[in-house]
Amino acid sequence: MRWKSTAIAAAALLALSACGNGDDTKEADGPVSLRMTIWTANEAHLKLFNAIADEYKSTHPNVTDIKFDSLPFDTYTTALTTQIAGGNQPDLAWILENSAPDFVSSGALVPLDDTLQKTDGYQFDDLAAGPRKLWETQGKLYAYPFSTSPFGVFVNTDLVKQAGQQTPAELIAAGQWNWDNALKLGAAVNAKSGKAGLVVRDFDYKTWNNLASFWGGWGAQAWSADGKTCGFDKPEMVEAMTTLHKAVFTDKALPGPGVSADFFAGDAAMTITQISRASLLKNTFGWDLVPLPQGKVGSYAVFGQAGIGVFKKSRHAAAAQEFLAFMTSPANSAKLAAYFPPPRTSQLTAETLAKTNPLLKPDQLQKVVVDGIAKGQVGPSHAGFAELSQTVRAALDPLWQPQADVKAVLSGVCAKIAPQLAKS
Amino acid sequence: MTLRQRTADRLVGYLFITPQLVGSAVFVLLPLCLVLWYSLHEWNVLAGSFEFVGGENYQALLDDPALPSVLRATGLFSAGLVVFNLSLALLLAVLLNQKLRGLTVYRTLFFSPVVVSLVAWTIVWGFLLQSNGGVNGLLDTIGVEGPNWLRNGTSAMVSVVAVQVFKNVGLNMVLFLAALQGVPHELYEAAELDGASAWTRFRRITIPMISPTILLTSIITVVGSLQVFAQIAVLTQGGPGTSTTVLVYYLYQQAFQFHHFGYGSTLAILLFVIVLALTLVQWQMRKRWVFHES
Repeated sequence: MRWKSTAIAAAALLALSACGNGDDTKEADGPVSLRMTIWTANEAHLKLFNAIADEYKSTHPNVTDIKFDSLPFDTYTTALTTQIAGGNQPDLAWILENSAPDFVSSGALVPLDDTLQKTDGYQFDDLAAGPRKLWETQGKLYAYPFSTSPFGVFVNTDLVKQAGQQTPAELIAAGQWNWDNALKLGAAVNAKSGKAGLVVRDFDYKTWNNLASFWGGWGAQAWSADGKTCGFDKPEMVEAMTTLHKAVFTDKALPGPGVSADFFAGDAAMTITQISRASLLKNTFGWDLVPLPQGKVGSYAVFGQAGIGVFKKSRHAAAAQEFLAFMTSPANSAKLAAYFPPPRTSQLTAETLAKTNPLLKPDQLQKVVVDGIAKGQVGPSHAGFAELSQTVRAALDPLWQPQADVKAVLSGVCAKIAPQLAKS
Repeated sequence: MTLRQRTADRLVGYLFITPQLVGSAVFVLLPLCLVLWYSLHEWNVLAGSFEFVGGENYQALLDDPALPSVLRATGLFSAGLVVFNLSLALLLAVLLNQKLRGLTVYRTLFFSPVVVSLVAWTIVWGFLLQSNGGVNGLLDTIGVEGPNWLRNGTSAMVSVVAVQVFKNVGLNMVLFLAALQGVPHELYEAAELDGASAWTRFRRITIPMISPTILLTSIITVVGSLQVFAQIAVLTQGGPGTSTTVLVYYLYQQAFQFHHFGYGSTLAILLFVIVLALTLVQWQMRKRWVFHES
């Protein structure tokens, strides 16, 4: 009993090491089975992936199995790196933008340029430079920018109308769609119906990086582009967070900490999220998708990204690259665009996107996706993101109290993360 | 018995204990040695590098600015758990040791959380402890405005302790109940004849007579408290701030979230040393207890 606590930790570490460290880089002969870790477990997404995989297998008889392994979103990167540490790395992995610098610079991934360029009909030059930037180092592409998905605002128009308010679409038409009015709208719905006004999806007062879609409106950033200077104590950030704090605790435009509200279950008037979540809509209420409201800096956009990389240690690294080239070919990229906006310039038009997005109107796709990618910035990422993010979360916690001193808390965040930023 | 027979007997004996020995060696001893080995290395999972760094991780442990608050949280959690758990378990045991109607029903009720899945139990409590959750709803009906349990440093710690206590109090309760029923009735009768009050009888007879059980339950509870992980991971993720980041959770963060497997192993060694020290202290206490009993 008394050794048990140590044994738990030890056994976990043992499990990691037991099968690791072997040199598995040699390409194995014979039948090939591929495994790719992904964060989504959404049926519609999986159906599409499996359809593409089946098509590939039918023309590549040596590839017997392609498995999409869904890992929970919250702990995705942790689970993935634990698999890698245990020598059980997948052949391909979906990588989230915040850990991109770690993966791209680690040397764990295979550069993809050669395979993609030499694949017939791939049109490598069609991949836009903007979405590629995060996944490149020293002129080589280490992960395919599989999804570049701007944040937009889904609106429950039924709740808005019941509260007797103008819908965001009407506000846009009147040139009034800005954060002031968006927060007023949230507060009005909450006052009228008791339902939540605006929900920043997956934020939950912990995943602070999702707030980039909010503070981007003030031109604020978590840290400078080179990752060395803290941005939390800058005036634009203080102003953005003061607005947010007031909206949460005074005006009740957003549900407070510890309150759960799911937009897609009809619990909230608006939610900030990406178009891949449109598949959660069940048409039980009237809805719309609009761009982020204008902030102090005017109109702005923030997008999240996911890349797909191939691991050097994969036993079938070459086959994995070939499959990736097939999966992201012009034809398949157009299919995937239903949920995951592609990096292909030729496909980033409202008309093309509309073909595979029956749920969304061309106008919505143009304003949120096409314009968003053109003018947007990717959310926060940094080398050592997990540790940095945890430090920021802990230091931001005092902000989520009604009496918080916003400026002091934000200065505190910078004091805490300065040593970690300096290391970069 | 010939020598041959004795050797054969011995061999059979060893065969019987082999599964247990192999299990301990593979799942306890080997990991222990490996953790020690890892703690002397810097292990970068992504780059696939594994370099010997000697005592650097131990130096980092001494210099770690987060460690004091982690140890403080661990101490608070353990102390809160032991005090709250043992007092409640003893109280319940004493109450259920009376002659009541439906006694078995009550005993079953209080014991049932012990057999519930820990994570399921914790997730349900997570909902109940939300600011608009069941606990505050209940408090609201009697006109009390409850705190936002999991978002406030002190109440978050109280919450994780309480969730753990309610989960496991039944086990200690059963142990106490067994001990209470083992106290000879004559002692109470004699004390009663001497005019001892109920409280005096409890303090002078019950407590000393069940003291070995108190020691046993406190050992189990202290060791258990150092292992707390699921409750923290599900309810608070170590927050708000770092107020509920206990040692095992911190170890998990360092090793599995931040990928500092070497430093994580060093923290595992620290945990080992703490458990070892506590075990030695308890060993000493037990010797005195045996003396006291005699």
